[in-house]
Parts: sequence; structure tokens; C-alpha cells
Amino acid sequence: MNMNNNEQLKTAQQEEYHHLVNRVKPKPPVVKNCLWAFVVGGLICVIGQIILNYLLSMGLNKQDAGSLDAIIMVFLGALLTGLGVYDDLGQKAGAGSIVPITGFANAIVAPAMEFKREGYIFGVGAKIFSIAGPTLVFGFVASVLIGLIKLWMIK
Amino acid sequence: MAAIKKKGLQTLMFAEPPFITSSASLVGPKEGEGPWAKDFDRILDDYLFSEKTWEKAESKMLREAIKLSLGKQKLQPQDAELLLAGDLLNQIISSSYAARELNIPFLGLYGACSTMAESLLVGAMAIDGGFYERVVAATSSHHYTAERQFRSPIEQGVQKVPSSQWTATAAAALVVQKAGTGPRISCATVGRVIDMGQTDGANMGGAMAPSAADTIATHLQDTGRSPDYYDLIVTGDLGAVGMGLAGELFVKAGLVPSPNYSDCGVLLYDGLQGVDSGGSGCGCSGCMLAGPLLRKIKNREINRLLFVATGALMSPTSSFQGESIPGIAHAVAIENM
Repeated sequence: MNMNNNEQLKTAQQEEYHHLVNRVKPKPPVVKNCLWAFVVGGLICVIGQIILNYLLSMGLNKQDAGSLDAIIMVFLGALLTGLGVYDDLGQKAGAGSIVPITGFANAIVAPAMEFKREGYIFGVGAKIFSIAGPTLVFGFVASVLIGLIKLWMIK
Repeated sequence: MAAIKKKGLQTLMFAEPPFITSSASLVGPKEGEGPWAKDFDRILDDYLFSEKTWEKAESKMLREAIKLSLGKQKLQPQDAELLLAGDLLNQIISSSYAARELNIPFLGLYGACSTMAESLLVGAMAIDGGFYERVVAATSSHHYTAERQFRSPIEQGVQKVPSSQWTATAAAALVVQKAGTGPRISCATVGRVIDMGQTDGANMGGAMAPSAADTIATHLQDTGRSPDYYDLIVTGDLGAVGMGLAGELFVKAGLVPSPNYSDCGVLLYDGLQGVDSGGSGCGCSGCMLAGPLLRKIKNREINRLLFVATGALMSPTSSFQGESIPGIAHAVAIENM
């Protein structure tokens, strides 16, 4: 009984403290962050669109142009990560630079660079997907599920 | 039989207060751009310190700080009888590898960012207990070793929030002796682990503030001192957010008059350096004590300092398993006597 009371008191104290923390903690500048995310994310997409239009004008079909466009954008994301620019961009733009495909390239190249000092096998090889791994795993799971749904629907 | 040198619940009173006879600090480039550049013994030009990895650089910083602190008294590493050191890395490799080169008998400590106070108080106990005449208390942290262990790869584009802190690149070493000249360690309070259920890794100050307030309140109660006994009470690395919270908790604990209080994490950088809430890491409180604070004590600008280093005792594993962040704080009273 006494034990129970102590537990309750502790939970109450923790809740009270949690409210205090929320009151004192500075709020992130949401509007500013959203604007940055919108502008940077939008610009990345515009660049992707320009490349796509150029490839189409060169006579590639829609599917090939789309694939090549993605490859070029991944390369650009990786290049900017290697040059040490993408993390500064991410600090300002947040989701604006994480969500586009360039952010995916960043999430793979950054750990690869980071863990090179532990060697190519247990460093780069083992850690390269430490950030992007979940995206890949659940991306594959989703594609399998959607494939199954399509199979049933066609039947 | 009652413990003769313990007072109250958690406080150790030293019968012959040990002397801090020498100190040394090495800091990284960013810390060197802050307001205390003149107080540090050496400011590195780059984060690698002529080594191949950041981990090796951190260990070298710690080793050089220890050598320098002894060198200031024209002593060699082997003149120290005991090295007490710790850092943030897994298996405290910075300290162990520094000790490998130094050939001083070594006790490794882990108290996260509270290590400077922990090593000082254990050192003072070892000396006042009559076991040693000269020990070195030291600690280090490195921004990039801590980032890659606790957070994300350096080049990954993640957005920081205003309550997040910047792990300081700094190493500090203090020589503690039975006899000598310098300020003395009069008493120390060993802190309890306090966990208020905080889980936000981007607000470590908020997780640690309750332990700092608890240790300070206990220290004052145990010693019967009032907050204005001290010219300055300084916490380790609560940052601006944690310092604000600690202020609120002082009021709740009824600390009257409210202490002359500051925080090393707030002091180490100036506001324009992009560190959000402030500095953190073992080296943050370490270099602030070894540099500016001890200089002010020697100049008698501060005569009585309560140094309360604070640590967050989580690991990446515990965080992923949904555990909250426990905090700890140890207090060391450093006085001109």
C-alpha cells in the first residue's frame, strides 16, 4: 500500500515536472522552419523537374527520363553531402531537404563517410544503411504488400 | 560507529582539505572563439589534433592536458601517484588510452558529464584518507566523437531544436595534492541518481536539472550553509533551458536567498556561436573549472565556489528501448582558505 502511494507520488511529481519543462522550453520557430522547408524542398523539386523536362526534350521516353532524373538527383545529394553542404542545408530546411530523394542520398552517404575510419567491411559496409535501412526495409515490405493486393484484385 | 568525515546524508567533510595546485585545459577551435580564449592553455587549430580519428584526437587532448597540468609544476607524469579520469565514449577509451601512454596508476570513472566533479571528489577522498599525496583528476569530451556515438553522422542533414546542446571539445586536468599552495577542496556532496521521466534527448538540460537542484539543496542542508555562503554556485552543463528549470526548482526547494548561480554550458560560448541552449559534455564543465573559474579563484574574484557538474546517464541503447534519462550531479566546494 505504502509502495503504491510512493509510486503515485513519483508519477505525480514527474507529471508536474513535465509541465514545467514544457512551459520553460523554447518553442522551435515553426513558421520560419515551414517557410524554409517549403522554399528549399520546392527548389529541389523544381531542379528535378527542369532536368526531367530537358531529358524528355532530348527524346527519352517518360520512364527512362524519370529513372535518369532520379539517378542525377541522388548523385547531386551525394555530392553536396561529400562537400559538407547538405548538413548545413538540413539545419535550415529540415524536412524540406530530408523528404526529397536528395535527402535519401544524404542519409546513405553521411554514415558511409562517418564510419570509413572503422574500415570498409565493418565501417562503411556495415553502417552504410544505419539511417536509411528502415526506409529500405519498410519500402520493400510495402511494395510486397501492394504487389499481393494487386495480385488478388486481378484474380 | 558513525563515519567521522561524513556530515548529514551525502556530504563529505575533508579533515585536511586537499589543495588544487595546478590545472590545465585544451580546447577545440570553437571553444577558442568563445569569451574565455585567454584562460585556456591551448586552443587547437583543428578537431583532429594531427591524429587519424576524432577518438584518437580526444585521447591525445586528455593526455596532453594531464602532462601540462603536471608540467606547470615541473613534474613528470610518473610523479603523480594516481590518475582519476573518465569521458563519454564507450568503455571510456579516451581515458584508458591516455593512461596507457602515461604510466600512472589509473582508476577509470564514468559519470557522463559529471566526471570532473566525480574525479575531483574521489581524488580528494583518496588524499584526505591518507592513501596518496598527489593525484590527477581529469576528463575530456570531443564534439565529433560524441555526435557519432550518441546522435547522427556529422554530414547528415538533421535539424536541431532550440533546447539541444553542443558537446564541447575540451580536456581538463587538475592536480590535487595533500600539501602545496592554491585553493582547497573543503567538502563534497555525492549526488543521487534522479529520474523525472524525461525522454527528450534534445533537452538534456531538462533531464539533469532536477538532480542538480537536489544535490545543491542536499549540500546546503548537510553543511548548514546558506546559498550566499558561496560567491558562485555553478552547474556543469544544463544550458539555458536547464538553468531556467533549475532556477524554478530552487524556488520550489525554498533556497532563500536564491543562489548566485550560473552554468558552465551557458558561459562557455557566446550566444552567436550557434550552440542553441549551450555547451555540454565532460569537457564543458572541466575546461571552465580548469580555465576561467580557477583563475578567478586565484585572483580572489571568487573565494568560495560550489562546482556542481551534472551528467545524463543514458546510452543510445537505453534510449532506443524507451528508457527515460536519469540525471546525476556531484558538488565540490572549492575555497580560498
